[in-house]
Order: sequence, then structure tokens, then C-alpha cells
Amino acid sequence: MADMAVHGAHPPGFKHQFEDMDQQRAAASLGMWVFLVTEVMFFGGLFATYIIYRALYLPAFETGSRLLNVKFGAANTAVLHGSSLTMALAIHAAQDGKKKSEQVMYLVLTMILGAIFLFLKFNFEWRADYHEHLIPGFHFIIRPEWSAAGPHVPLFFCFYFFMTGLHALHMIIGFGILATLTVMAHRGRFNSEYYAPLEVSGLYWHFVDIVWIFLFPLLYLIGGRFAMPGVH
Amino acid sequence: MSTTVIPEMPGQEIPAESRVNYLNASYGVKSWLLTTDHKRIALLYLGSITLMFFVGGFFAVLMRLHLIEPQGALVAPETYNKLFTMHGVIMVFFFLVPSIPATLGNFLVPMMIGARDLAFPRLNLLSWYIYVIGAAFTLYAVISGGVDTGWTFYTPYSSTFSHTSVIPTALGVFITGFSSILTGLNFVVTIHKMRAPGLTWFRLPLFIWAMYATSIIFILGTPVIAITLFLLGLERLLHIGIFDPAIGGDPILFQHMFWFYSHPAVYIMILPGMGVMSELITCFSRKRIFGYTFVAFSSLAIAIISFLVWGHHMFVTGQSIYAGLIFSVLSFLVAIPSAVKVFNWTATLYKGSISYDAPMLYALGFIGLFTMGGLTGLFLASLATDVHLSGTYFIVAHFHYIMVGGAVMAYLGGIHFWWPKITGRMYPDGWARFAALVIFVGFNLTFFPQFVLGYLGMPRRYAVYPGEFQVLNVMSSAGASILGIGYLIPLIYLLWSIRYGPIAGPNPWGAKGLEWETPSPPPTENFEEIPVVREDAYNYANVGGSRG
Repeated sequence: MADMAVHGAHPPGFKHQFEDMDQQRAAASLGMWVFLVTEVMFFGGLFATYIIYRALYLPAFETGSRLLNVKFGAANTAVLHGSSLTMALAIHAAQDGKKKSEQVMYLVLTMILGAIFLFLKFNFEWRADYHEHLIPGFHFIIRPEWSAAGPHVPLFFCFYFFMTGLHALHMIIGFGILATLTVMAHRGRFNSEYYAPLEVSGLYWHFVDIVWIFLFPLLYLIGGRFAMPGVH
Repeated sequence: MSTTVIPEMPGQEIPAESRVNYLNASYGVKSWLLTTDHKRIALLYLGSITLMFFVGGFFAVLMRLHLIEPQGALVAPETYNKLFTMHGVIMVFFFLVPSIPATLGNFLVPMMIGARDLAFPRLNLLSWYIYVIGAAFTLYAVISGGVDTGWTFYTPYSSTFSHTSVIPTALGVFITGFSSILTGLNFVVTIHKMRAPGLTWFRLPLFIWAMYATSIIFILGTPVIAITLFLLGLERLLHIGIFDPAIGGDPILFQHMFWFYSHPAVYIMILPGMGVMSELITCFSRKRIFGYTFVAFSSLAIAIISFLVWGHHMFVTGQSIYAGLIFSVLSFLVAIPSAVKVFNWTATLYKGSISYDAPMLYALGFIGLFTMGGLTGLFLASLATDVHLSGTYFIVAHFHYIMVGGAVMAYLGGIHFWWPKITGRMYPDGWARFAALVIFVGFNLTFFPQFVLGYLGMPRRYAVYPGEFQVLNVMSSAGASILGIGYLIPLIYLLWSIRYGPIAGPNPWGAKGLEWETPSPPPTENFEEIPVVREDAYNYANVGGSRG
């Protein structure tokens, strides 16, 4: 209340510590970019470790990779790209001052695509892995045909579940953000003046998409399945 | 808000109690635990890290008591291992890393740049809660039997062999890391986007430059220790061969990843102290800083180079000798920006009107102790001497000169300098000067003998030692008890001053800087009106003529 008295009336969504909406939007955007830098370092440490062990134990990692279901991986890549598109369209709808129903539609579409990704990942890929005893710590069984590849196939699966699990965790968090945004959009909070929450959440969502673009080839496509004749 | 507005009479100062400020704007536990005011959050942090400081200090006291006798006077060797581990973990991750940024930084960054608050006040409160949750996990580990891996958590001992609470401790450190990340993020955005009109980058107080450099390390380094500790926990739970050599893992990789954060973390601890130093030295010698741009850029240089020197912790642990060579050269490079700072502070003192108020005593102590800590660091950056000194008390003495002689001295100096701004009250100056001297004497008596011990070959982290080292160990323990008393004195008189200290007024030191242009304690909004800056930092030339 005191803030309103000091600064007078401001547009909805305005925070008292800022001078104007432009400053607030610039701060929100920079804040998300800085956060994404920390995410890059976070995933970066994991990717670096993965790459080191992939170089050390390549046969084991290739053996593990061949056991992944590349069809679901590829389908999920397309699904996630599609969700990035609908996310961008939702931001544009707000920027261009389109009706709130259009913003809501694109946000809901983004959530549906995100849900499809997680459904494919958990219900088909991970469940199958569980039944085939490929999850370290959950009755993992080392198969005799891996003996040529060395003892490190479980290590590959450890990285696989850790990296895709961390990615899925980010998607679930994104899901919560999208749900909040949908409610806000439905209430008509966003317009061409105020759309920073949509914009910065979009940055986050695209980042999660980009992480998957790195994960997919690193995890699914290293097994020499698509190697040219004579190469490899 | 039903607050009585007292009309201001010309020539009559309003008593601090009756003016609405951030401390009396609202009352009750809820108004503190749900506050988004950066000044209140700074005080929440101040309380928590002070508690952790005395917990960590308690372990240090037990260690020094134990080492009075060569065979150990107090505890079993296994317990001793837990003491030094918990001392290190608590002091590094729960006191030194958040110390200046989360307390003075939180309080001062918006005030120094003329803003009403940080860019993301709720995120700021969240960072304190994350800190508390992390600290709770670590304290749980202490109560549940402690942890004995050393604060470095080296594998495979930590991942395979230790039977102590490694996972709760690592989880606590992991969680607390996110509070650092959020603080760093908040500072970077605030400094970029929320400076007052006219406050260009090169008019910023050097404390802000130091906070900015520190924030860069928070942002780039902390996520890496987070993922490293996560992998450590995974290895400990599943034994899959990430770090354990017996099953194909690489323990050196753990050290690389650990020090990739933890060496820059050393600069997280010292850079904010350097920022405080520039404020203290200029104020109490009544001069502009000598070579502003050099001091400002040396902070950034330290932040950047700090990411390229981690291998000097691993000269003797099996990394390639060529990597060691390069890391050695790069480590020498850090000495340059550090020396630039020391020389520029000294040059600022030259022909200044120096007054020896309590904060200045800490500042002068810092210059000497940091220089000693820094120079002995060069011994350790040299490959050949490091082979002799690595793993001895020389290392312990070296980093305590930086972290206690440097960071803690600057922290206490800063607390004393801005205490009147934070509380609106002065502390008893005589006691404050006395405590500064006690701390200086106690510190040197504690840690100087450890240089000698290390040079003579006494290894660190041992519960027993040969009889000929007893005299030096007893000296060190005696110093530690003086140091402990030195830290208790300010705790007492600062708490006393909150209630009984004389009213400070807005600017008791005659200092420059926006934070001194607003009442003490400041109002919740910091400034009645956002100030416009028309001059460079430390423009002491026109303050009250010459005092000397």
C-alpha cells in the first residue's frame, strides 16, 4: 500500500523497486539470461564428464546406446521442437496484442506437446528399460553379450538416466511455469505492454529444448547405427 | 499503514526512534520471515552466518585444544578427522562464501547504486531460505555423527570408504550453492539495470565492482560444484565407477571438477573483502582511490584468471606435469591484479589524512596479512617448492592468512564501518579498537607458527605429531584462544550498541557514497527520492576541508 502512495498508479504487474516498465522488462530478461548461463554451467559439468567417459570407454557406451529406442528419441525431438514453436507463438500473440484466447490456446498446445514428450519418455522408453533391467540401482543385469564391450555399460546407463532425468525435471518445472502462465493469460494479464513473464519463460523453455538437441545425438546416435560404410 | 508523521522542525534532528525506518516499519516474526526488503534479508543472513561462524569456530577451538599435546589431549583420532572436516565445511560454505556478499552486499548494493531494492526481492528472500535449508542438512550431518572426508570430499574415500554422513553434508553444500547463485544473479542484474541517473560504471564505488566480479564467479562456478557433488552422491549410492578407480572411475576427474569451483571460490571469499577495503581506505585517509580503473579492472581480472588456475591444487595428485607447468604460470598471473590492489591502497594512504578509527585498524591489518598470505601463495604456485610444502601446515597457514587475515578482517572492518548505517547506533569506539588489536595479535600468534611448522614438515590433518613440534603448536593454540576472545568482544558490544549505543546520524564518518546520503537506519524505500549522481566516487577533496 505504501508503495502505491509513493509512486502513484502503475500498470498491473509493475514492481515497486523499478522506475518504469522498460527497466523492469530489461531486468527480467537479463535475469533469465544470467540464470541460463548458470544452467549451461550446470549441464556443462555433466556433459564434460559424459564426454570424458565416452572417450575412455567408447565400446561400452556404443553398446549401451544401441539399446536405446531411437524412434522414440527422434519423435520426441520433433515434439519438443514443436512445443518451442507454440511457445514462441504464444509470446507473439501477447506482443501483438492478440486476444487472450489465442495466448491461452498456444500455451495449452505447448503444455500438451510437453506432456506428450514426457509420456513417450516415461511410459515407453523408461518403462521398457525397467523391464529389460537397464536401470542402474534397480535390478540391473549385465548381459553376457556385452563382455566384448568391457564392464562399463552400466556407466552409460547411469549417465543416460541422470542426463535425461535432469532434462525431464527441467521440463516438469517448465510445465508448472506454463500452467501458471496459462492462468495469468486467461485472466487477461498479458498485453503488448506487459508480457515479460511470457518472454522469460519462453527463454527457459527454448533452453530446455536446446539441451535435448545436444542430448539426443550424444546418447542415441553414437552406436554406429547410422555409420556410412567404410567409416567407423 | 497508520504511521504518525512527525513534522520536521528546522535545526532540530528527529530522534531515530520516532522516524519510520526499515527496522520499525513493521513488527513481528512474520514481518521478518516474509520480508522482501534487501536490508532485512541482509540482517537475516547476518544472524545465520554469525551462528555458523561460531559453530565452525567451536570446532577450531576443540582442534587447537587437542593439539596442545603431541599425542593429542582431547579426542580420538577419528573424532579429530571429523572436527577439521566440519570446521572446513561450515567455515567455507556457510560462513566465508556468503559472508560479505549476503550481508553487506545485500544491504549495500541497492543503496550504493541509488536503487530502492534489488531487482528480484522475492528471489533474494528465497536465497536466504535455501541457505537455511542447506545449513540444516549440514548441521543434521554434524549431529548424526559428523563427516570425516575433509572439506574437499576427495574420492574414492568419500564415495566408497567413509562410514560417516557424507551424503547429508554434500547435500547441504549442494543446496546452499543455489543461494549463492541466486544472490549473484540478483547482483548482476541490479548493477546492470538499476543504477541511479548519472551513476556510470566508472563512478561506481569499488565495492560494487568487487560484488560484480564475485557474482560472476557465483554464476559460473557454483553450478559446477553442484553437479560434482551430485555425481559424488550418485557414486556413493550406486557404485557405478564415476570416481572410484577400483571400478574404472577417475578420482582425478573429481579433483578437477571440485577445484574448478573451489579455487574460484577462494576469490569469492577475498574479492568482496577487497571491495570493502577500497571503501575503508579512502574514507579514513580522506583521499580518492589511487588508480580507480586499475582497482576496478583488477577485480574482474582476478575473477577471470581464477577460473584458469585450479590445477595448482593438484601438482602432486597425478595430473600431467605439463598441465602442472601451465597451471603454475597461470597461478603466478593472479599475483598481478592482487598486487595492483595492495599497491593502490598503499598509494592511497600516501599523504592522506589518516585517522585510526576501528574500521581503519581492520583495513590496515588486512593489507599486511593479505600481503603475507598472497606472497606465501607464490611459494605454493611454484612446482618445486609445492612438492615440499603441499599437504603441510604451510598450506593451512597460507589460506588462513587469506581467508581469516584477509576476508574475515575485511568483513569485520565492513561491519564496523556500516554498523551505524545498519542500526543507526554507534558502538563503543575504544572497545572496538581494542578488539581489532586483540584479533590482530591473536591471529598472528595462531597462524604464524603454522608457517614454520609446515616448513619443518608437519603434515596437516593429523591428530598427533612428534614431540619437537610441541612449542610451536602450543603457541598456535594460545593464539587461537586469544583470537576466540577477540571475536567474542565485538559480538557483545555490537549487540549492546543496538539498544544503548549513541545515535549515529546519517553520516558519522563523513564518508562519500549514496548510502551515506540517506538517514540511518534508512527508510524501507532507501531514498525519499532517487538521487542523481554528478561526481566520481570517493570525491573526498571537497569534504570538510582537510582533517590532517
